[in-house]
Amino acid sequence: MAKQRFLQGSEACAEGALAAGARFYAGYPITPSSEIAEILSRRLPQAGGKFIQMEDEMSSLAAVIGASLGGLKAMTATSGPGFSLMQENLGFAAAAEIPCVIVDVQRAGPSTGQPTSPAQGDVMQARWGTHGDHPIIVLSPSSVREFYELTIRAFNLSEKYRSPVVLLADEVVAHMREKVTLPDPGEVEVIDRLEPTVPPEWYFPFDNAMDVPPLVSFGQGYRFHVTGLYHDRSGFPTMRQDEINPWFERVFAKIEHHLNDIVEVQEEMMEDADIALISFGASARSAQSAMRLARAKNLKVGLVKLKTLWPFPEEVVDRVSRKVGRIVVPEMNRGQIRLEVERVAAGRARVLGVNRYDGEMIAPAQIVNAIEE
Amino acid sequence: MVGKRYEIRLAGQGGQGLILAGLFLAEAAALYEGKYVVQSQSYAPYARGGASASEVVISDEEIDYPRVVKPNLIVALSQEAYDRHFRDLQKNGILIVDSSTVEHVDTSKAYLFETYMVPITEIARQATGKEMTASMVALGAISGLTGLVSGESIMAAIATRAPKGTVEINKRAVQAGIEVGNKLREGIGRE
Repeated sequence: MAKQRFLQGSEACAEGALAAGARFYAGYPITPSSEIAEILSRRLPQAGGKFIQMEDEMSSLAAVIGASLGGLKAMTATSGPGFSLMQENLGFAAAAEIPCVIVDVQRAGPSTGQPTSPAQGDVMQARWGTHGDHPIIVLSPSSVREFYELTIRAFNLSEKYRSPVVLLADEVVAHMREKVTLPDPGEVEVIDRLEPTVPPEWYFPFDNAMDVPPLVSFGQGYRFHVTGLYHDRSGFPTMRQDEINPWFERVFAKIEHHLNDIVEVQEEMMEDADIALISFGASARSAQSAMRLARAKNLKVGLVKLKTLWPFPEEVVDRVSRKVGRIVVPEMNRGQIRLEVERVAAGRARVLGVNRYDGEMIAPAQIVNAIEE
Repeated sequence: MVGKRYEIRLAGQGGQGLILAGLFLAEAAALYEGKYVVQSQSYAPYARGGASASEVVISDEEIDYPRVVKPNLIVALSQEAYDRHFRDLQKNGILIVDSSTVEHVDTSKAYLFETYMVPITEIARQATGKEMTASMVALGAISGLTGLVSGESIMAAIATRAPKGTVEINKRAVQAGIEVGNKLREGIGRE
């Protein structure tokens, strides 16, 4: 019987990873993400998995990619400075279409910033931190419960779409404790990568005929090549435009054809709203409180919480921008999501940011002031 | 007795056990008294020293904003913590000051709050021989003084959550705190 527990966000993330079937973790500890490593160093071996503390973040993600190619669901966790070091291999995983989950527990930055303070400054880095056009999926939790759910979802999407998934958490969500009832392991929906149904000689791991080609684990008699170079359907480098262009189209299409499955938002009191708050992560909690305070003053305010940050929920923001007069975007950075909202709203609604980047959460009153302006 | 939202901040220095005390308080309210609770913390990036605070929000309803906005109760275990936090307290809020470590108290603001000067660190030293149990004494004092969470619930949380080999010492410190809290409630009276 599922039991009520009082869990830290990091614990919920670790539990979610185990429930999703993660059996490999490689990482280099960094505040405020270290608890995830600490917990998994104990729990993974109990579940028959492997935990490796690597010498740095570059090798950490490299080990994760290798483990995933070997057939294990693999993850790492880090914070801004370590996430910067992982960008090269993140691009490799995106290009070679290797499922993996990278948890970035954001702290105040740039550089080493303020290790123990919250921030949300890695939104654009999660999207564009690695070079070149590449598809990516980024999710962001706003509660202990959601950290659990989105960790499972990160693994599922990663396996389903053969893509790295970044779980963009923050210090608040990772360190706070809340009461949660986690489902029994059997009740969790777990998605595994598609394996080939053809013999080795017919198998093409980068077959452009389908959105997501099956991925076989190394060691089963199927031989293929993995490279960060542009590659043909068997994985070997190519310079042929008639192979490069279809590959590019497919790796973007595999995300764009499935936005309904990947993009998740949660709307609250939007039915009659003429002001919308759009927020994510810990700031969505500030926004939710502000919404209730504003409603108590008879202001018609609603909340759109983004659980998927990338691909950006364009359809939702487009619809909201046609409905309300004003959109307020609270975030602990200088306006990274606001710029996206402005792009999509395209002047149909006035877009206003509420920002804080000094290592403190946005107070609900600060948002209410912006609403009343 | 909690109502919509009751906010507590335990403030002091790193190494005083504040975060653990916040955890015990939060878990006692969440798992043994059926409340909605969020516990969070702020701390400097050092193991000892530096400002440290643990925040607990307790409510009968689901909690949106997880941090303390206007605390109903503050415990200050250092001068720096007192100076930095006491102004945040709600009017008529409860202020428990460790008189063993806080030398200067702003008496001009005293009428705004219900202030209790308690030699918390000294009581900890007497009860357990360890100053680092001061936060546990404070936790007991909160329970004894306010009844916010019962002593039984705190003891139950400690029994399952305290690091190995520290259950007894933590319980002893909390018990000393409860007795002080009871005395304060009876002696000074809260109406």
